[in-house]
Amino acid sequence: MEAVRAVSLKQVAISFEMAGKTRFDAVAATDLNVDAHEFVAIVGPTGCGKSTLLNAAAGLLTPMSGTVEIFGQPLKSLNRQAGYLFQQDSLMPWKTVLENVAIGLEISGVSQSDARKSAREWLARVGLAAFADRFPRMLSGGQRKRVGLAQVLIRNPKLLLMDEPFGPLDAQTRLIMGDLLLKLWSEDRKAVMFVTHDLDEAIALADRVVIMSAGPKSRIIGDFKVRLERPREIGEIRHDPVFNQLHRDIWQALRDEVMTAYRQSSGETA
Amino acid sequence: MNRTLLLSLQILVALVILVLWHLATNTGLFGNPKTISFFFADPLKVAQRVIQWFVSGSIWYHLWITLSESILAFLLGAFGGIVFGFWFARRPLIAAVFDPYVKAANALPRVVLAPIFALWFGLGIWSKVALGITLVFFIVFFNVYQGVKEVSQPVLSNARMLGMNERQLLRHVYLPSALSWVFSSLHTSVGFAVVGAVVGEYLGSAAGLGYLIQQAEGVFDVTGVFAGMAVLTAFVLLVDWVMTIIERRLLAWRGQ
Repeated sequence: MEAVRAVSLKQVAISFEMAGKTRFDAVAATDLNVDAHEFVAIVGPTGCGKSTLLNAAAGLLTPMSGTVEIFGQPLKSLNRQAGYLFQQDSLMPWKTVLENVAIGLEISGVSQSDARKSAREWLARVGLAAFADRFPRMLSGGQRKRVGLAQVLIRNPKLLLMDEPFGPLDAQTRLIMGDLLLKLWSEDRKAVMFVTHDLDEAIALADRVVIMSAGPKSRIIGDFKVRLERPREIGEIRHDPVFNQLHRDIWQALRDEVMTAYRQSSGETA
Repeated sequence: MNRTLLLSLQILVALVILVLWHLATNTGLFGNPKTISFFFADPLKVAQRVIQWFVSGSIWYHLWITLSESILAFLLGAFGGIVFGFWFARRPLIAAVFDPYVKAANALPRVVLAPIFALWFGLGIWSKVALGITLVFFIVFFNVYQGVKEVSQPVLSNARMLGMNERQLLRHVYLPSALSWVFSSLHTSVGFAVVGAVVGEYLGSAAGLGYLIQQAEGVFDVTGVFAGMAVLTAFVLLVDWVMTIIERRLLAWRGQ
């Protein structure tokens, strides 16, 4: 018997109803597997339906056809085993940093004092112990992402879904966040689906890089194993010859799609 | 501009107005002082009257009545506004069906309701509370409705993914979001609660600041009218100041 997969998308197609009864086919029938303990990055041009696929795995939207299985079980509603890190600010602005991190435990029945104790530990692990009583608006973008990471990981999900989580951050902060993510991930190696448009980031972080074509009806057009040693240092790994070779190979596959996407978007605006 | 200078300029404006007022009602500079003081009262006499009210203690009863009417109108109106605002925002069908009636009710000038409320609830405080409620309710209602509708989508999805059920979403996401809108309209709604109370008193009552002013008008006691207005203004400023303090504490997360 094969090992139970963390995520198994089988012939998943996703469409949206548009105004005027037209239909937008975001993702064509797609197969994608993520093994337990595997870090998979999904890369594609802007608007290719990467996030759509992620939301299907999260149970935030239901595919038109096909099945989504999470650890062998068909997903019927929201994915309770997944932690989701969003691209946009998604902390509750009316709660302090500590309350934001503790809330995931509190609502599942953990006592407030235990939840807060655990939240303080998590804040220390993401380097924000001194910021427990601040409100999110008082933090920088990178700090808010750290809080988001602690908020998600404190629930110890078996699967981590990440939608361009470091997209809004500046280049240096992204490197630091990537290192932090890898450090936390290496402790128990959760299954990860990491959506990004940044190829460097994808190779540096992941075990496998999946390439999606430009939308509409986007599909998977490439699947590359990343044979780089762990633990990795993201700032250093970019000078590794294996990294560069892989980068060239993937870029070859991706370039045509980026151009297609670019032509489509400029055609629409013309 | 530094604070001291600003404050002195602000005080200067008040002094100039008071001095002009005093000169107009006590000297022949701007015409017959007797006529002018009949229409505009004498500032010193107004001040005397205010002091006399406070010294004799007669004003406290009226202040207390107006204050309790305002507080009751605000609390009940806000409660109703929060409940209905939530209900409408979470049930789009209900909101769509009742939309024209809500708009119609809000369009009605509330003053015309005062005599009806007096008929229904008598001349005591409840007819004024009812008038205040009709003013406060709609402000809070529209703000809560907006607040629930405009909860940020990522915050909501994130809360769902963290495992919140509908009840927990209500408590941790919808309610705080709606309340932040209510608090930011606190000044307006509290102001309207006072307006409801005073207008109600003015149109028919036996106590309160509105009653005091109305009584003075009835006997052409212009000094009494101005003294009443002065106390009312101070009262509203005081209430507004308390609101600012409360707002600052409750909306600390939003910052200035």
